[in-house]
Amino acid sequence: MDNILPLLHGFSVVLTSYNVALMFLGILLGIVVGVLPGLGGPNGVAILLPLTFTMEPTSAIVMLSCIYWGALFGGAITSILFNIPGEPSSVATTFDGYPLAQQGRAGEALTASFSGSFLGALVGVLLITFLAPLVAKFALRFGPPEFFAVYLLTFCSFIGMGQESPMKSIVSMMLGFALAVIGMDTMSGQMRLTFGWTGLMQGVDFLIAVIGLFGIGEILVTIEEGLAFKGKSANLNPKVVFQTWARLPKYWATLIRSSLIGCWMGVTPGGATAASFMGYGIAQKFSSRRDRFGTGEIEGVVAPETAAHASGTSALLPMLALGIPGSATAAVLLGGLMIWGLEPGPLLFVEHKDFVWGLIASMYLGNIVGLIIVLSTVPLFAAILRVPFPIIAPIIIILCAIGAYSVHNSVMDVWFMLGFGAVGYLFKKLGFPLAPLVLALVLGDKAEDAFRQTMLASKGDLSIFWSNGLVGTITVLAIVLLFWPAIVSLCRRMRSPKLGQAVP
Amino acid sequence: MGVLYRTVDFLVAVLIFFVGLAVMIESYDLGIGWIKDSPGSGYFPFRIGAIISLASIGIAVQALLNNASEARTLFVEWSRFKLVLAVFIPTAAYILGIVFLGIYVSSAVFIAGFMRLAGKFKWLMSIAVSGGTVAILFWLFEFEFLVPLPKGPLEALFGY
Repeated sequence: MDNILPLLHGFSVVLTSYNVALMFLGILLGIVVGVLPGLGGPNGVAILLPLTFTMEPTSAIVMLSCIYWGALFGGAITSILFNIPGEPSSVATTFDGYPLAQQGRAGEALTASFSGSFLGALVGVLLITFLAPLVAKFALRFGPPEFFAVYLLTFCSFIGMGQESPMKSIVSMMLGFALAVIGMDTMSGQMRLTFGWTGLMQGVDFLIAVIGLFGIGEILVTIEEGLAFKGKSANLNPKVVFQTWARLPKYWATLIRSSLIGCWMGVTPGGATAASFMGYGIAQKFSSRRDRFGTGEIEGVVAPETAAHASGTSALLPMLALGIPGSATAAVLLGGLMIWGLEPGPLLFVEHKDFVWGLIASMYLGNIVGLIIVLSTVPLFAAILRVPFPIIAPIIIILCAIGAYSVHNSVMDVWFMLGFGAVGYLFKKLGFPLAPLVLALVLGDKAEDAFRQTMLASKGDLSIFWSNGLVGTITVLAIVLLFWPAIVSLCRRMRSPKLGQAVP
Repeated sequence: MGVLYRTVDFLVAVLIFFVGLAVMIESYDLGIGWIKDSPGSGYFPFRIGAIISLASIGIAVQALLNNASEARTLFVEWSRFKLVLAVFIPTAAYILGIVFLGIYVSSAVFIAGFMRLAGKFKWLMSIAVSGGTVAILFWLFEFEFLVPLPKGPLEALFGY
């Protein structure tokens, strides 16, 4: 248990009045971000990131990660009260959450979902506390070939495990790589993909892409779908909260299952959205009341929320230990690390103990603070959604513009943001996943550097990626994951040949 | 009137194909092979462009063969797309406004105009909300966060 001491040290770092104030601020902003359509975890963090450039890294990450937790909590509020998922990961929460609200049981649904989220996140943080240092210690042995293999693994698993068409995932990811290439090549000093235009010489900042794709794109999709916020009111009082808590232990099996699913989907980049659907599906399969799912079952609210939070939290494990983000928001946070001058990767645990353990400690505190805040302020945030959209929409756009401008103090970036917004709208409607694009944009340069350093070391011999057990295993695993859907369908066909013939 | 989902899917794939092609052409001169023992500057970009183009051909073919009922519905109703344009075009005008008027004045006009035209609010209400919001933004960014945002002639008049 040699992780307890650094964790306690982390608490001592975080528990200053300044950091705790930032934590509250982060959670509140995060809930607003999660509640409003058009603002979500990734772009909420991206918009506020420029404001933290001058802050201490630990304080900055405490605030930004709290925005992330707040956004995850906030997504459930709109799902349950308005039948509108504020975040993609809370789509599954609408299935049973909204029927419950229609029956006048919104208070129970909200309490159950928040508590489930809290427990899921707690499991995720525990996993990080005990596993991340071990992974980081192990990864200290990694050289460029191993790192490239791990990057390959991440990219391949995004394509193989993604929910969307693999072809569209590939295009989205490759466009991200192409955007990452723009600007000066760090190894040769040559300008790449600028098409002779000086505006592109600085490169395209991932923050601009995130704000445009997720922020402006989401607004455009929202306005097209024509949302009317006619929500149910929440009757959340201490009595309802304690009654619901008393009933929660009944769902212990669902809670454990969803937490495990979430952790798995978070560490492997499956994402919170996939985790929430899987959590819901599996809970339904095992439940004795499975017929009543979809008509207002508390269990149907607990399952997806627990999984989504467990996944959202554990997505930070590979980010901290390996420098590889498990979700779009984690990718933005990772970009933040680089901006604050920290090199993500296993060395963080050695060289920046304060930062890492401060962040982990803030996850415990942030989720407790978050649970208390959401339980006590739901009516307030529900009121935000009753503000008419013609007021909300321009304000969100203005916040996006300010965020994009302040990255480099350049209006050109705001135009890029608008362009990314149009792309985001098209891609969302056509089913191109956006997370691979962001991931590739953040990691592209590092992956290329790792590859070229490996090649310099091996004198251009590709077999270095199979040269020892460690790197060989990771490479093979990456290729297996890339072709995972094909492998699964092949296995199915071999097992039941008749079924295989029936399916063309 | 309007275009089918399938058609847009196809057209976007064609567009992406040309993006891939452009990436390949642009990186060709950088050296797409190996220079001594390491890939040249154009090695990765060229292959990225190639994969983009190849995958987009795949998407285009899939789009053409896609006969599912969703693929044959409209990509977007014209009446709904008008709403999208009603947000997109004013946003472009707003960014143009940032260049000439500064971000605060442009934001105030943007909110008030949007409320008046899209939300049918009364002028007084529109001006009050936009003025209040911009005042809060000004206070936050100029005094609290100390992030200098672009300013125009009006702010110059007051000495900012």
